[in-house]
Amino acid sequence: MSNLKQINSVVVRFAGDSGDGMQLTGDRFTSDSAVLGIDLSTLPNFPAEIRAPQGTLPGVSSFQLHFADHSALTPGDAPDVLVAMNPAALKANLGDLPRGSTIIVNSDEFTKRNLSKVGYPTSPLDDDSLEAWQVHAVPLTSITVEALADFDLGRKDKERAKNMFTLGLLSWMYTRPLDGTYAFLRTKFAKQPDILEANLTALRAGHAYGETTEAFSVQYAVAPAPMEPGTYRNITGNVATAYGLATAAHRAKLPLVLGSYPITPASDLLHNLSRLKHFGVTTIQAEDEIAAVGSALGASFGGAIGVTTTSGPGLALKSETIGLAVALELPLVVIDVQRGGPSTGLPTKTEQADLLQAMFGRNGESPVAVIAANSPADCFEAAVDAVRIATTYRTPVILLTDGYLANGSQPWRLPASIDELPDLSVEFASEPNATDAKGNPVFHPYVRDAETLARAWAVPGTPGLEHRVGGIEKADGTGEISYDPANHDHMVRTRQAKIDGIVVPDLAVDDPSGDAKLLVLGWGSTYGPIAAGVRLARATGARVARAHLRNLAPLPANLGDVLRSYDRVLLPEMNLGQLALLLRGKYLVDIRSHTAVRGLPFTAVEIATAIDEHLDKLDGLVGDQEGTA
Amino acid sequence: MSTIDLGMPTSGIAGVPLLAHGEQQTKRDFTSDQEVRWCPGCGDYIILNAVQSFLPELGLRRENIVFISGIGCSSRFPYYLDTYGMHSIHGRAPAIATGLATSRPDLSVWVVTGDGDALSIGGNHLIHALRRNVNLKILLFNNKIYGLTKGQYSPTSEVGAVTKSTPFGSVDQPFNPISLALGAEASFVARTIDSDRKHLTDVLRAAAQHRGSALVEIYQNCPIFNDGAFDVLKDAQESVARVLRLVDGEPVRAGEGDDARVVIRTDAGELELVPEPGADPARVVVHDASAPNPAAAFAMSRFDGPDMTTVPMGIFRNVARPTYDDGVRAQVAAASPDGPATDDELLALLHGGDTWSVTG
Repeated sequence: MSNLKQINSVVVRFAGDSGDGMQLTGDRFTSDSAVLGIDLSTLPNFPAEIRAPQGTLPGVSSFQLHFADHSALTPGDAPDVLVAMNPAALKANLGDLPRGSTIIVNSDEFTKRNLSKVGYPTSPLDDDSLEAWQVHAVPLTSITVEALADFDLGRKDKERAKNMFTLGLLSWMYTRPLDGTYAFLRTKFAKQPDILEANLTALRAGHAYGETTEAFSVQYAVAPAPMEPGTYRNITGNVATAYGLATAAHRAKLPLVLGSYPITPASDLLHNLSRLKHFGVTTIQAEDEIAAVGSALGASFGGAIGVTTTSGPGLALKSETIGLAVALELPLVVIDVQRGGPSTGLPTKTEQADLLQAMFGRNGESPVAVIAANSPADCFEAAVDAVRIATTYRTPVILLTDGYLANGSQPWRLPASIDELPDLSVEFASEPNATDAKGNPVFHPYVRDAETLARAWAVPGTPGLEHRVGGIEKADGTGEISYDPANHDHMVRTRQAKIDGIVVPDLAVDDPSGDAKLLVLGWGSTYGPIAAGVRLARATGARVARAHLRNLAPLPANLGDVLRSYDRVLLPEMNLGQLALLLRGKYLVDIRSHTAVRGLPFTAVEIATAIDEHLDKLDGLVGDQEGTA
Repeated sequence: MSTIDLGMPTSGIAGVPLLAHGEQQTKRDFTSDQEVRWCPGCGDYIILNAVQSFLPELGLRRENIVFISGIGCSSRFPYYLDTYGMHSIHGRAPAIATGLATSRPDLSVWVVTGDGDALSIGGNHLIHALRRNVNLKILLFNNKIYGLTKGQYSPTSEVGAVTKSTPFGSVDQPFNPISLALGAEASFVARTIDSDRKHLTDVLRAAAQHRGSALVEIYQNCPIFNDGAFDVLKDAQESVARVLRLVDGEPVRAGEGDDARVVIRTDAGELELVPEPGADPARVVVHDASAPNPAAAFAMSRFDGPDMTTVPMGIFRNVARPTYDDGVRAQVAAASPDGPATDDELLALLHGGDTWSVTG
């Protein structure tokens, strides 16, 4: 019997060829950890190519999982354990591995041919180049094939089960139950009993291998993390967004029409929503991004919740239609799952560089509401909120998520009942709201609600309210075409005032010391890394405050006061300082940017280091010549 | 064809609420209070008039009719009709209308567009709306010129057209909108002309009844930038000689008496226009817009000669096939046999997958 060590947290990275099933292995390991109540955060990282040439560096796909007995916050800065299914996976990931950490490699793949594909002159398993790490060279492929000797399957099929063998081994190492994966496999391979049995056998064999092999002498356990009472599930950002949209439609008692065009990393929103027809969801896979948003807007005109989902390049194509929705003053929800840009950029990597596009990327003064989700689970509430604002204020709302949130996952505390969620009921116009020159009751489409400035939403099929809307400037009230200079000035300001008047919660500041001079401000998916970085800095005595923006248009009413109450504001962003530019312009506060655009989330150490540097400058310990970084 | 055996509606206006028994509408009911602002003599006036006069005969509730347009002279059309309407953006009306028609089976949805709007900037949306067979009626006003931007050549302008942007003549090969629509799998394709009120109305009537996308190309005169483009089709004598009338069950012919020409099918299976006197009656083609194979309709569309020496007019194709919007709604309905999801069902969805509980 091995000895069991209790540890606080572990970061495991599974890496292999795109076809090795590493995403699935990581996914299953995540679910099996989640059900134990361990907190976790995940980061899949894969190439844009579906199957790059086998065994090459561009073909390496990985899945990183951080699980902890406390709030995990991020997928982890660096792996404690790397599972490398071939030389390419080892080479691509070794640079991220701290010395002393563990490497498990599939030694069967370290053939001359595979080594030369990635430029290893000799096998790193045979020389001393890996001395600094604990290396377990396990012939994962041949053991798996051997374990399946009695199965009437081809060698290829047997080899394919090596990811389940690996999962079994890791499950033993980290004392994970296998029941969830058994159930998963039984569903997945229900129609292929041979394959099912082979996978179950490989999984068990991997577990047994850990138990019986002396090489793996230690088992690790991570205790459940303290969490608010409730029922939890693990969820990715894209699933949470899709469920949020369906839930909002349910609470609004309106059909939801999604117009979408496939684009990475947003396509899973289309996939997920297309399965939710029972929840009043209609999905239209349009011929292009423009038609996608067009069909959504057409549906909104008809009284549905029109939604379109995309990523940066698609948002660019939708600009003109979003502008039309601004002019029509109809609800429209646009979800931009941001990825690296410009142009095609880095389709499978994350970035926050569409903020200015979302805010301003249209002709004319064209204000929209902008929300940014801050974690995978938060995508649910952010989507509900996007629908609420769109229908309440009759405006396009752009919800920004990103590749990290979309594919990453974390435990989500489920609502115990649907009544916990806001009531999003909508009232359509049903009566004339004005009188014409002769005193007859008529309907004027641009008569506004005094409080929200929202215009009446009169849907086709309502007798007596027939009206025409369009992209040409309209007279406020009557909605008739108007080229009048004063009216245009009034309408431009009114559309802006409507967005500015959207009620959003005040910004909350986390400042346990109460006397911090430095505020770290973030928005969107940097929530986890910033919180983890601040936690690290505080652990070494740093006095630092933290706040995170979710509403970007309009900004919280107290934001100016918050910014001005600190000696220094540090704003990390995965772009070149887009929010900093906005806040500097709006509040005349000398925001300090910390930026990186590597296609990956910030690490906690990076944020903590930036905090320390700025604190040193504030304390006068170091000169501060550069202004903004 | 036998492809509509799905319990799906077969009329273009099925599902749209009708006027109560005894209620009547007139052209006035469809006339909005907006001043019409097309140039004097514009063909659009005649089309507007014909549409306003025709709509009452459908007997639909006015509030259940929607006109959606793009950008261009023709796209001002919705403002002048007292129905629901949207003047959208350039080229995108079919996409917007697709979203509306898919989510609202109780509406009769019409798209008004022009040759630049539908065939240039919006070409992609047009072909995909036709391919999907969304229940939309698309009125394509073809004046072979850009009017609202003041006189540039359009995708239907002939090679050599001298316009503001082609002072040395256009070198672009134009589209044949009928051939294009047929190539895009359209289930209803017709051509008519602004000056022939009766023909225009007959075509609109057939289009309205068609379940699915109906493309109606309407030759329309622009008196400012391309005046007289269709004069030869408006001259009584010339039109008789040039227009090939497409009438179901009748031979396809142009001209009269000794000058009459008729469409025959050759040994090679091709359609050919030959002098009628002496033509083999066994080879004379009898028009059938409902023919499942679009080959004959396509061949007919190719009789469009240069300089309009021959112009087929009428309904080229009118076949029943499943519509996109009916199909989408059928899937949603099939997924919800007991009506909309309950709170419990939604909660079960959210709680799906592996869950665990944390107790306080």
